[in-house]
Amino acid sequence: MIENEHPHKFIKYLRTERLPHLFCPGCGNGIIFNTLFNAIEMSDVDFENISMVSGIGCSSRIPGYVKCDSLHTTHGRAIAFATGLKMANSKQDVIVVTGDGDATSIGGNHLIHAARRNIDLTVICVNNDIYGMTGGQISPTSPKGSYATTAPYGSTDKPFNIAEVAKAAGASYVAKYTVAQPIQVSNAIKEGLANKGFSLIEVIAQCPTYYGRKNKLKTPKAMIDWFKENTISLKQAEDMTDEELEGKIITGVYINKPRAEFIESLDAISAQNSDITPEDNINKAYMGD
Amino acid sequence: MIYLNEDLCKGCYLCMEVCPRKVYTPSENLNHKGIRVPVFDLEKCVKCQLCTLMCPDQAILIEDDD
Repeated sequence: MIENEHPHKFIKYLRTERLPHLFCPGCGNGIIFNTLFNAIEMSDVDFENISMVSGIGCSSRIPGYVKCDSLHTTHGRAIAFATGLKMANSKQDVIVVTGDGDATSIGGNHLIHAARRNIDLTVICVNNDIYGMTGGQISPTSPKGSYATTAPYGSTDKPFNIAEVAKAAGASYVAKYTVAQPIQVSNAIKEGLANKGFSLIEVIAQCPTYYGRKNKLKTPKAMIDWFKENTISLKQAEDMTDEELEGKIITGVYINKPRAEFIESLDAISAQNSDITPEDNINKAYMGD
Repeated sequence: MIYLNEDLCKGCYLCMEVCPRKVYTPSENLNHKGIRVPVFDLEKCVKCQLCTLMCPDQAILIEDDD
């Protein structure tokens, strides 16, 4: 455990006995901690009431360092586990931290169906454009022409825009920013926590170790500069052609349109058809009755 | 005052990249972990807290002097 008389302002939320964390120097996941805690401090969510769920991947190690109830689950199934957790006790605030491979390739169906149901989860999707933990394979969000272990001549596929996918699937709050915009990311997470429904905040993060090394952006500084050069707002993107938009990161709030939430709809049905109250259901989930 | 925790700093220099006032520069000597941790110039700092928000290793604390 690292003793320090003058700790960082967010160290109180972290399990200090596990620090320093395992992320590579300059990894974007470290910045996600700061933006998440900043958002929790700005919002009126109680930190004690938060449960964090994650799957497999670099970003999925984040809940392991946070001093709250956390669940580290199988690859791609973070949102499926979080759905169960939220349904067992709908009073808790469930945050899912997931990576691009975890959310869109292995767990792609869980993402779109959670968005379609509009279940009250806050999903922070840390998109580093590559499978960082397993050695730098191409991921569904790797930009066209980017290099990886499994694409030595450059990727030829059109990448996913996760924010667009979630918006099309029916999420009620979707925002996308890069880690070079920490204030905007904090505000988006705050909005996502306040939104009653499925909220997805896609954060483009740097992976200097794998993505950077394969794509001539070896330092964290080079990657942050690359984000800054290629970031455009949704409004700027309206007037641009598909060719001009290739390789650009379109940031902003994609959708903020609250609609009927999954658990509220279920509670309304059970109130009509049975005598069981939502409180009874919560008690049953905990007591094993 | 700026406090930099050398046990947590991994030497990624993102603080140097994001600081609008160029407060940080790499030190001349390696520390016990083999990292040139950033050294800071307090005169230049305006306490915008951007480095504390961008530090991936939660190594920086900036306090108001009063």
